[in-house]
Amino acid sequence: MAKMTIDGTEIEVEDGITVLQACEQAGVEIPRFCYHERLSIAGNCRMCLVEMERAPKPIASCSMPVGDGMVIKTNTETVKNARNGVMEFLLINHPLDCPICDQGGECDLQDQAMAYGFDHSRFKENKRSVTDKNLGPLVETHMTRCIHCTRCIRFSTEVAGVEVLGATGRGENMEVGTYVEQAISSELSANIIDLCPVGALTSKPYAFEARPWELTKTESVDVMDAVGSNIRVDSRGREVMRVLPMLNEDVNEEWISDKTRYACDGLARQRLDKPYMKVDGKLQAASWHDAFDAIGGKVRGLDGSKIGAIAGDMCDAEAMTALKDLMTALGSNNIDCRQDGAKLTAGARAGYTFNTTIAGIEDADACLIVGSNPRLEAPIINARLRKRMVEGGFKVGMVGEAVDLTYRYEHLGAGPQTLKEIADGTHSFCEILKSAERPMIIVGQGALTHADGVAVLAAARKIADTTGMIAEDWNGFNVLHTAAGRVAGLDLGLVPGEGGKDVAGILDGAASGDIEVVYLLAADEIDTAKLANAFVIYQGHHGDAGAHIADIVLPGAAYTEKEGTYVNTEGRVQRGRRATFPPGDAREDWAILRALSEVLGKTLPYNNLAQVRARMVEIAPLLDQLEVVTPSAWADFGQAGSLDGGPFASPITNFYMTDPISRASATMAACTEAFVETGEKTGTDG
Amino acid sequence: MLSDKDRIFTNLYGLHDWSLDAAKTRGDWDGTKEILSKGRDWIIDEMKESGLRGRGGAGFPAGLKWSFMPKEDTGRPAYLVVNADESEPGTCKDREIMRHDPHKLVEGCLIAGFAMGAMAAYIYVRGEFHYEAGILDAAVEQAYDAGLIGKNACGSGYDFDIYVHRGAGAYICGEETALLESLEGKKGQPRIKPPFPANTGLYGSPTTINNVETIAVAPTICRRGASWFSGFGRENNTGTKVFCISGHVNNPCNVEEEMSIPLKELIEKHAGGVRGGWDNLKAIIPGGSSVPLLPKSICDTVLMDFDSLKEVKSGLGTAGIIVMDQSTDVIAAIARLAKFYKHESCGQCTPCREGTGWMWRVMERLVKGDAEIEEIDMLLDVSKEIEGHTICALGDAAAWPIQGLMRHFRDEVEDRITSNRSRSAA
Repeated sequence: MAKMTIDGTEIEVEDGITVLQACEQAGVEIPRFCYHERLSIAGNCRMCLVEMERAPKPIASCSMPVGDGMVIKTNTETVKNARNGVMEFLLINHPLDCPICDQGGECDLQDQAMAYGFDHSRFKENKRSVTDKNLGPLVETHMTRCIHCTRCIRFSTEVAGVEVLGATGRGENMEVGTYVEQAISSELSANIIDLCPVGALTSKPYAFEARPWELTKTESVDVMDAVGSNIRVDSRGREVMRVLPMLNEDVNEEWISDKTRYACDGLARQRLDKPYMKVDGKLQAASWHDAFDAIGGKVRGLDGSKIGAIAGDMCDAEAMTALKDLMTALGSNNIDCRQDGAKLTAGARAGYTFNTTIAGIEDADACLIVGSNPRLEAPIINARLRKRMVEGGFKVGMVGEAVDLTYRYEHLGAGPQTLKEIADGTHSFCEILKSAERPMIIVGQGALTHADGVAVLAAARKIADTTGMIAEDWNGFNVLHTAAGRVAGLDLGLVPGEGGKDVAGILDGAASGDIEVVYLLAADEIDTAKLANAFVIYQGHHGDAGAHIADIVLPGAAYTEKEGTYVNTEGRVQRGRRATFPPGDAREDWAILRALSEVLGKTLPYNNLAQVRARMVEIAPLLDQLEVVTPSAWADFGQAGSLDGGPFASPITNFYMTDPISRASATMAACTEAFVETGEKTGTDG
Repeated sequence: MLSDKDRIFTNLYGLHDWSLDAAKTRGDWDGTKEILSKGRDWIIDEMKESGLRGRGGAGFPAGLKWSFMPKEDTGRPAYLVVNADESEPGTCKDREIMRHDPHKLVEGCLIAGFAMGAMAAYIYVRGEFHYEAGILDAAVEQAYDAGLIGKNACGSGYDFDIYVHRGAGAYICGEETALLESLEGKKGQPRIKPPFPANTGLYGSPTTINNVETIAVAPTICRRGASWFSGFGRENNTGTKVFCISGHVNNPCNVEEEMSIPLKELIEKHAGGVRGGWDNLKAIIPGGSSVPLLPKSICDTVLMDFDSLKEVKSGLGTAGIIVMDQSTDVIAAIARLAKFYKHESCGQCTPCREGTGWMWRVMERLVKGDAEIEEIDMLLDVSKEIEGHTICALGDAAAWPIQGLMRHFRDEVEDRITSNRSRSAA
């Protein structure tokens, strides 16, 4: 601990922090532009200058480590002059175009100019102008506004791990850019928009859409992947205008992926806003009453074993609770939440969650990735792995595709054969895992959806057991999910009951005629061709694959339109909140199921959200534990067997389009064109 | 006046061969092994006692700087970096040393490197010094061939390598931490201090950065003794120094002289006096372009050393003396320097990046008199906003010449504005 005096007040702070941080602890606000606590220290904006006793010149508080007996003054004339001077310098070449700048209202420069700026300019020369850069479909640039804080450079280099941004030129001719024009090829690229303290980097899809003070801000949870990033949904009227990250140190820190941020324009397209019924092979708009009647006519009296239900990847726990209860009431055991056919079982929670936790990655010192490409499946977790890697003393091995993860790793092999060697202890990487104090393994859906997925799971468990991944205060076994609703689905037991059929069984049954009615709860990532003969009820929010094959379409709510409980890959229970209302006749999903149950004569015993949640917690008590990860007991799961499948491949090939919302998003389509389908364009490509 | 027997740089003018054999006849590499055998502490103490202050401009005591290097093994290598990126306008002493007396520098590297426990020295040579870098390369090669450096340097049992690296021609790379960045292959921009290079320098290892002249005089100091060296000059400003005299003098030259020699004596004796006589003098920049200029009245009496020049609000800097006679448009001269600093600012930190361009543009208008009188104070205000608020000293260097101009020649600037106004009114 260091004892220091800040503005006459004595304070004791921990060693190793900077003067700026100490000032914050003392409640003294220090203005800054370049300093960001998650990036390396640049010290270049000079806005944070403070006076230090015995120092001949003011010091940059952001880069000065605290020392015992330090005396800091932040309210002297010298400090005031220094700040005013820096502000004046920043403004002389900054265009005063706030009225047409998208950053207006949430601009650090604007805010601080109110405190430190002059009321007029003494600068009579011409202002600098800088050519704008094209950084791809997400980031709009107005480089004349750049104040050269280099936050974007540091973010892309340090956090995102792509060295595309840099500074060229010298002095007042210094420019931030890519040198050779290119888009920023990172799944986290749009975070530089949030980092930019001025309007130099703004959001391209959101350009000139709204002003911050017009927006209603709703804190919620993202469902584009299984990370459960905390987000703020900014809406105006019925429309979601943008999605921004919220701070959560344990989950996403303050970053979100580009899909989380930009798929939201898909919420306004391809929406199901009223019920539909298939009449003469064509879907026609119908009333709720008629749609329910049609379902009743088909389902009433049907044997439960002829009904199947599949829950999709983005379902909230409330809807899945209602679906499960309804299916049970109808006497059906054919229910599954594992659209992709992952060989995970609902039993031991330790066997299907990310036990180490995302923040726990920072304590690990070795990691084995099996059949996953975390960069595409969970960019936020990949960033955490990279953060750990940058710190040093972290070894990563990969069984699966040799992809670019933005950090160094050892590629051990492509498929089950290598995994078997590691499980048998004959592979050289075992030594690294064994000698590590806190080793971890990440098993991805690319391995678990394999035909031998159960054996993969068992092998992974064996590796965890034999290399010391399981200890009293450490659980290094992790399953990386790609679906936001999956863990909640498994918690609630949305897996086939006694003699029930799983997803593949339901689809095959539908094709063979064993299953007559299939209830798709926002399930689109399945082989819908097999459903041609069955009576398909699709309840969801987008006109995607499921709705196309459906006989009855029931319009549900997307994640921004309902109060929903989601459990992320760690097993962390979080609540999404309603930012806008569902369009047209669409309703919250649990309520649709509840209404339908009444029509079917199997009325579910809940009438409001609180009652559904009470029932949900009754089934899965852990869903009551909000915001935390409850450690799971180590238990038996998986089933040893022969590992003989082909090489592992990540389920995600196009990061930008993985679900109905992102498939409907124009921005994601633009990203797909820019980053995924980068082949040569012909004249007909438009 | 310094007698010939007391000169360190005996081949400053290139009258003799620079190569190893010739250098040895001039006393270089004489008893180097014995010097090393006296140990690290002895060398550092000798340097401290000699009172040698860094010759690159800041004048930090060299022995003290060397003593900052870790004494115990830190698990990291230590480096000596020689700053040969001599780019200060008006300064050309290191160039002559490298050109004509490179073995003084090479030997100095070994002694200094040994004293601070460095495993290697990197000599960062200004990009434009193509010829000098070639000679230095050859001299290093000769030293290697003769077993003076490399494995078991001079038979001392100490291994020491020297690498010559050429810069790409940026003034800012003469700033020690920007030099390190450049040496590491990055964009030449000064680092934030702390950490200081003695703790975290080149490749994250303890590093000492010294000017060419500082290193080159070290062997002679060790050979002839600290008291010999400290016998020259005034207290705290001891030794001999190479002065570079340019501008409006009859005989521009480099000359090694005793520290604290009166400026007037230096110019009259060695540079053949001011063009048109001393009374024709207008101003002198005494220490390279970064330091404030001095009007004739001060030049009459000022001594050429750190403290004396500091007293008159200027500085010894690199001792690059730029003489301007009465024919000089002193405003245009300073405007040209302002342009230089605007051009050479690295762009990293705000005050210097934005301020140097601003000051230059105002200066350009002041040359023509196209300004308001109040803008003089505004310009000074801007220079104060830069001074002391930047990461490195380039901001200060850009501000001082302008402050010096206004301090001593404000009348002239105001006259220019008034006469321009009356001319345009007419």
